Amino acid sequence: MDAAVRELSYSQAIQEAMAIAMEADERVILMGEDIGVYGGAFQVTGDLIDRFGPDRVMDTPISELGGAGVAVGAAVTGLRPIFEFQFSDFAALAMEQIVNQAAKMRYMLGGAVSVPVVMRFPGGSGTGAAAQHSQSLEAWLGHVPGLKVIQPATPHDVKGMLLAAVADPDPVMIFEHKLLYKMKGPVPEGHYTVPIGKAEVRREGRDLTVVATSLMVHKALEAAETLAAEGMDVEVIDLRTIRPMDRETVIESVKKTSRLMCVYEGVKTLGVGAELSAMVAESEAFDYLDAPIVRLGGAETPIPYNPELEKAAVPQVPGIVAAARDLIRGAR
Amino acid sequence: MAKTTAAKAAPAAEGGNLPFIYREYPRETLLGALRKMHLIRKFEEGAEESYMRGLIHGTMHLSIGQEASAMGICLPLTNDDQITSTHRGHGHCIAKGADVKRMFAEFFGKTTGYCAGRGGSMHIADVTTGNLGANGIVGGGLPIAVGAALTAKRLKTGKVAVCFFGDGANNEGAFHEALNMASVWKLPVVFVCENNKYGMSTSTERSTAVANIADRAAAYSMPGVIVDGNVLSDVAEASHAAVERARRGEGPSLIECKTYRYRGHSKSDRNRYRTKDEIDDWMSNRDPIERYEAQLVEFGIAKADEIEAIRASVAEEIAAGIEFAKASPAPEIADLANYVYTEQA
Ligand SMILES: Cc1ncc(C[n+]2csc(CCOP(=O)(O)OP(=O)(O)O)c2C)c(N)n1
Ligand SMILES: [Mg+2]
Repeated sequence: MDAAVRELSYSQAIQEAMAIAMEADERVILMGEDIGVYGGAFQVTGDLIDRFGPDRVMDTPISELGGAGVAVGAAVTGLRPIFEFQFSDFAALAMEQIVNQAAKMRYMLGGAVSVPVVMRFPGGSGTGAAAQHSQSLEAWLGHVPGLKVIQPATPHDVKGMLLAAVADPDPVMIFEHKLLYKMKGPVPEGHYTVPIGKAEVRREGRDLTVVATSLMVHKALEAAETLAAEGMDVEVIDLRTIRPMDRETVIESVKKTSRLMCVYEGVKTLGVGAELSAMVAESEAFDYLDAPIVRLGGAETPIPYNPELEKAAVPQVPGIVAAARDLIRGAR
Repeated sequence: MAKTTAAKAAPAAEGGNLPFIYREYPRETLLGALRKMHLIRKFEEGAEESYMRGLIHGTMHLSIGQEASAMGICLPLTNDDQITSTHRGHGHCIAKGADVKRMFAEFFGKTTGYCAGRGGSMHIADVTTGNLGANGIVGGGLPIAVGAALTAKRLKTGKVAVCFFGDGANNEGAFHEALNMASVWKLPVVFVCENNKYGMSTSTERSTAVANIADRAAAYSMPGVIVDGNVLSDVAEASHAAVERARRGEGPSLIECKTYRYRGHSKSDRNRYRTKDEIDDWMSNRDPIERYEAQLVEFGIAKADEIEAIRASVAEEIAAGIEFAKASPAPEIADLANYVYTEQA
């Protein structure tokens, strides 16, 4: 397929994917708080209400538990809802429906139903929104069998993965970093999918494997450029999906570079990096390791309001560069 | 506002036909209330300007236009009574007695701020004057206020808990659960819905199955009262009755203050869901501060020049507060993890 490729922002790419899905399938509806005339808190739905009307671009009351539950119920019975949380933090209000209902319904019913719901979660820090509007909670949901959890890092991927999510028969949770919304990148026109469960090598290298998620992919790539100028050759993997995790891509890379560093914004302890580390330590790549695995994750604190503290609470490029340099040079 | 029941000062005016607050409170309390309403408005204007100039980051939710609701509800409260507030909570914080210096310092992310620079606008609190905090989660404060009331009842402290929340919050599950428990356990809590017609862009007509939030009180066997939230005396009268009922051990009440926010929901609002006429109507015909000032003059409690003097002193306090915030130290990066857990000796 060689569809025309344009530059779109991450949020435009999501909007385009939703429009394509709605155009193609009457069953696809959008639900969420202020996604209608307001256009969504981050203007992701924008003016879709003008195109598809209020029956398919549905404003819900401020009722996350109920709203998510309605989306689950609609999905089980034949619609294809895409439910927007205004901030990923509000997943906490809807955990019952996500964790106890959506994730388990098919299993509990012995395969008699599927729950083809898509939920979108704007997450991450960097906007000064403080502790209750800045979290990276993907690992919470990544812990739940029955869900698929993705973190697209580019406009190209978010469009393709959202379309894959809509086509997926099971519940797919999409974590979108708020700082990515304005980021631009090439996006093909029309329908295409990017597979869920498949990582992508963004930069090839020999000396170190950095596995990063979401916004951290871009920070890791920036760090890799700096390190390249110093003669160090870093491979950067964009994990893209945290459940199910792409073992093969990560393990093959570590076998090649013999070093692993995980970079993610969620709190470091008990997070995505713990799973990646354990996955490698349990695999044949363990024998290839020349150095201890390093994790760079969010600080063990809520996200603070003060802008300097806020930056200090999540990995930044200089920290990634320094940690990678130490790891490659054997200082660790 | 500290109004002790023991030594009750003479009310500002006599006369059975005067509205409630003029019969109930002394002149200085009434002028103090006016001063705080101005302080709330000027504080928010100052914060808004500082935000525009890039001195404050993040976002903020301004309550300009809703000052009578915050002030009227807090008027019958003592310093020991407790409130839970909302994302639109600057007014509650000031009405309950916070110092604008330390609020500005918090907005500027400084160590001298009420939350040591960790919270910002959306988590503003002043526990020393009984404000348990604004909340970034719509409806988050509802069960917490019920918890505060449970403590008051168990420990027989005589305190009352007041829970501010918006019209949008009444559709969260927490609303149902909190009001039900408060009623079943007859707790000393007052639920105050500040109905400004919209939860972000969604009008109450589109979000809520009843015409008035107060109608829902019936489902929890508690009184539900609707007041004009832009008339200080009406709000204070309803609050007074609900607080007294709570103190007598008779249980919770729900007050709905009909009001309006002049500004957009937050800093990212295109105002597509309401008309300019609607906004203009509220601003020019129902402004809570103008209406209160008119009454004060009409009932002979304050003269125009006295009101002018209040405005001037508020302007000074605001300017000093911003200077204090600017001059205050920022937190050290090394202290990032302070306050995550309680430091133990
Ligand atoms: C649980 C939760 N859902 C959504 C939001 C986003 N949000 C913040 S304020 C708001 C509107 C709240 O409306 P209302 O309760 O009427 O208060 P108002 O803003 O009008 O004062 C929304 C949707 C949030 N902060 N928390
Ligand atoms: Mg409202």
